[in-house]
Amino acid sequence: MKKLLEGSQAVAEAVRLCRPQVVAAYPITPQTHIIERLAQQVANGELEAEFINAESEFGAASIVLGAVAAGARAFTATASQGLLLMTEVLYNIAGLRLPVVMVCANRAVGAPINIFSDHQDSMAVRDAGWIQLYVESNQEAVDTLIQAYRIAEVCGLPVMVCMDGFLLTHTFEPVDLPTQVMVDNFLPPFHFSRTLAPSRPMTLGGGSEPENYQEFRMAQFEAMENARAVIEAFDAEFDDQFGRAHGGLLQAYRLHGAQTVLLGMGSLMGAVRDVVDKLRDQGQAVGALRLRCFRPFPAQALTQYLSGVQRIVVLEKAISIGAGGIVAAELRAALHQAGNMTPVESVIGGLGGRDLTPEVIETVFQETPLNEKGATFRFAPNHVMPDETDRGDCL
Amino acid sequence: MLIFREIRFHGRGGQGTVSAAALMALAAFEDGFESQAFPKFGSERRGAPVEAYVRISSTIIRAHNQVYTPDAVVIQDAGLLRSEPLLRGLKRGGLIVLNSEQNPSREDDNFRWICLPASQIGERHLGRPLPNTVLLGALAASTEWVSLGALEEAVTNHLASKGETLVNANIAALREGYGFITHAEEVMV
Repeated sequence: MKKLLEGSQAVAEAVRLCRPQVVAAYPITPQTHIIERLAQQVANGELEAEFINAESEFGAASIVLGAVAAGARAFTATASQGLLLMTEVLYNIAGLRLPVVMVCANRAVGAPINIFSDHQDSMAVRDAGWIQLYVESNQEAVDTLIQAYRIAEVCGLPVMVCMDGFLLTHTFEPVDLPTQVMVDNFLPPFHFSRTLAPSRPMTLGGGSEPENYQEFRMAQFEAMENARAVIEAFDAEFDDQFGRAHGGLLQAYRLHGAQTVLLGMGSLMGAVRDVVDKLRDQGQAVGALRLRCFRPFPAQALTQYLSGVQRIVVLEKAISIGAGGIVAAELRAALHQAGNMTPVESVIGGLGGRDLTPEVIETVFQETPLNEKGATFRFAPNHVMPDETDRGDCL
Repeated sequence: MLIFREIRFHGRGGQGTVSAAALMALAAFEDGFESQAFPKFGSERRGAPVEAYVRISSTIIRAHNQVYTPDAVVIQDAGLLRSEPLLRGLKRGGLIVLNSEQNPSREDDNFRWICLPASQIGERHLGRPLPNTVLLGALAASTEWVSLGALEEAVTNHLASKGETLVNANIAALREGYGFITHAEEVMV
């Protein structure tokens, strides 16, 4: 049954349904409500887990690392500077091949300090070895969180569920929360084959030499390559059991006959779909493609979807200072590798919470290429308020 | 018929502005609409200006943008009118529900003003001058966008963890806000 829930609360309920044994976190806006709700659940006895309020994000990440190494299912959540403070541990969790699941409540990174949503934080750790899934709605956040544990535990890779801070975490919207029985049927209990236990002494995370370090990285890369099929399969299986799917790696919207396609990630794609409908009604051949899975990067699926498309626009909420659009660059590489030389228009916007309204998105669809010679991207225009009289003092 | 409405709530931190938006969205959902509620994203501080938004629609709401051109504005603290452009973007013919002891309800060239002493009414029921549920009652009565029953249901569910006394006090406040408008209309007829 659908309920109107705040995104953070919905995600916390989904975490509970996954039966984690350890939850560790350090509060940071806009992740805080998720953790508050989980702490409440543990205190009320609704969730049988050890809740650890860590001394920092570095500590929180280290705690879930240790918990999973000891065979427990674990959860953490963070955002922004908190995620960056975890960076060293994120690489270790991935390198140790520990199936940790975390939520990143996507937020801009300082300086200047800014609590609002963009994708700079999770994009900054894109090479750490975590699967990254970006969700569009709170329903998808719930469903993806449940899928994430299964993906992580089967692939032996950590999963980061990226949900836009405030835009999703603080928004009440209808969410269908599955029952415990349904989740138990989908997600078997966690058995970690490499559990650290005194009865069976072994080393986890020993040193490596130039002779074998590269092989560890290769194995990680292969596991990530193999994760694509797993992500798709579990989204399909989820659809069978719960009646909802979210596109696996990529979610196409009205691509049939589309000459212009806008690619993006996260909650902005809801407004993009509204704009696609509007432009289609006007007879324009436009469509949208939502990159749900950024890591592993679905290069092959992207080139298939975009084959024959005349104009490709990437709208993204992060910037690689000194290079430009990150998703756009990876897409260009994927298309080039496949022999597709269609130019990719790179548009960056929504940084630090700037609103990508339907009006702005429509302009992005319509506007034609770069004005500055040699530029690899342009910024999205700002939202313009409709004309109005000054009604400041009405009393 | 396609229904799509946007409401903006203004108040000060501690006045239950974000809760009011959530209750309105919950009531609309209860009435069978799709709905969405969210605060103006930022740091919450007691006493500082707060905004929250609601969308009510007959079809699924996919966008996650701010509200720019509301159909109604609810103002929990009239003092804010002097410091902020509270009516920005309000559609022509739009509704203003204002917590005020002094101003009469009226219609001017652009807007319809509903004014009621919501803090006083709230204080009588809640022991604190909290205007939010009173104003929600008035909003429901003057728009019929949500039913009183759905708002009562929303208050009951949303405030359940705070205890029955508080739920009942808020329902009484809600009903008085609702009655303040329907009663005034009867008198005018």
